[in-house]
Amino acid sequence: MSLILDIFTIITVLAGAFFFFAGTVGLLRFPDTLTRLHALTKADNLGLGLVVMGLLPQAEWPFDSIKLIAIWLFALLAGATVGQLMARAARRGRTTP
Amino acid sequence: MTLALAVDISLILLVLAVAGWTIAVRDTFASVIGFVAYGLLLTLVWVRLAAPDVALTEAAIGGGLTGALLIGAAARLRRTEAAARTEYPGALTRILAAVLAAIVAAALAMSVLALPDPAPTLALATAASLATTGVGNPITAVLLAFRAMDTLLEAIVVLLALLGVWSLAPDRAWGGWPGPRRHVNPDGVLAWLARLLAPIGIIVGLYIFWIGADLPGGKFQGATILAAMWLLVIKASLADTPPISRTWLRVLLVTGPLVFIAIGFAGSLTAGAVLAYPEGYAKPLIIAIEIALMPTLVLTLVLLVLGAPQRTPPG
Repeated sequence: MSLILDIFTIITVLAGAFFFFAGTVGLLRFPDTLTRLHALTKADNLGLGLVVMGLLPQAEWPFDSIKLIAIWLFALLAGATVGQLMARAARRGRTTP
Repeated sequence: MTLALAVDISLILLVLAVAGWTIAVRDTFASVIGFVAYGLLLTLVWVRLAAPDVALTEAAIGGGLTGALLIGAAARLRRTEAAARTEYPGALTRILAAVLAAIVAAALAMSVLALPDPAPTLALATAASLATTGVGNPITAVLLAFRAMDTLLEAIVVLLALLGVWSLAPDRAWGGWPGPRRHVNPDGVLAWLARLLAPIGIIVGLYIFWIGADLPGGKFQGATILAAMWLLVIKASLADTPPISRTWLRVLLVTGPLVFIAIGFAGSLTAGAVLAYPEGYAKPLIIAIEIALMPTLVLTLVLLVLGAPQRTPPG
């Protein structure tokens, strides 16, 4: 059972790392602010979500698991709102792309 | 083991690279962003060194608060940056500065490398006397019992820094509101975030403060989170800052250090030394000091980030 859980952890954390990698490549390669923000927030949401999901079987129930999920929810909240704010600022042309 | 070593080595290289980039980059704003990233990487280094208390402080104060202060400074300097760049120091000045910095770094590195192995430590003495304080976290015991003098002076230095910032206020704004009047859409994303996050953040901040007696955490880290929540509410223009002439504000600013000093001097009567605690009362007194310091720290940090008063006082 623990072997299956370990394999699950390895696969999901690797998948999360892939999304972070893809997001970083997008951040460096995409042409303008809006698409770069898209790449960045996607990596945070999906990549961190997969890493947290992979770590859940290794964490101690209940408090460590709840803390991990809370961290993911906070990152989602921060990523979504800051992404919105930066996109608006960029559209108004207040920041240089 | 080898995997952990690989992680450590790449972390060290990353920290050095970001530090070098922060110094080398010409744009002030980019340099500040580099500094914040450096602070967050340093947090990971402290975690790897099994020092979660230092890591929390580095993340909250070093990366977060100092980062916010520097971003504010960079935004203010932006208009004059082009003019300042024409006065770039000459080659001789830069070489001398580099040599001086290298000598300081070499001296620091040599004194660290010259330490005997194992390094001299007071950790065992701290652990042996921990029970006399009643607190479970040795860091809190050091900060508020064994080296309480340092913490007292630290609290006073932060207050003096705020007075220094206030002294930059123009005469007409003295006693007035810090920072410009903000107009943010009350139904916008920022206001929504402030409404949603502030209640959760207040609970997290109080939890970090309260847990500090027994686990990593404490008043500085908790106060930074509470200050960040208050700043979020202010920046979303859900609440304005109080003008600095308010009596309750000034009373709160001095309450923390005054309570600390009062308990410290009471120690010379009841326990035979300044800042000593009578036997059996150490933990309640430590908690009393922390509770008194908490509002002072939150208020000081918020007002430090907001800067000198800019708008004329009420009445």
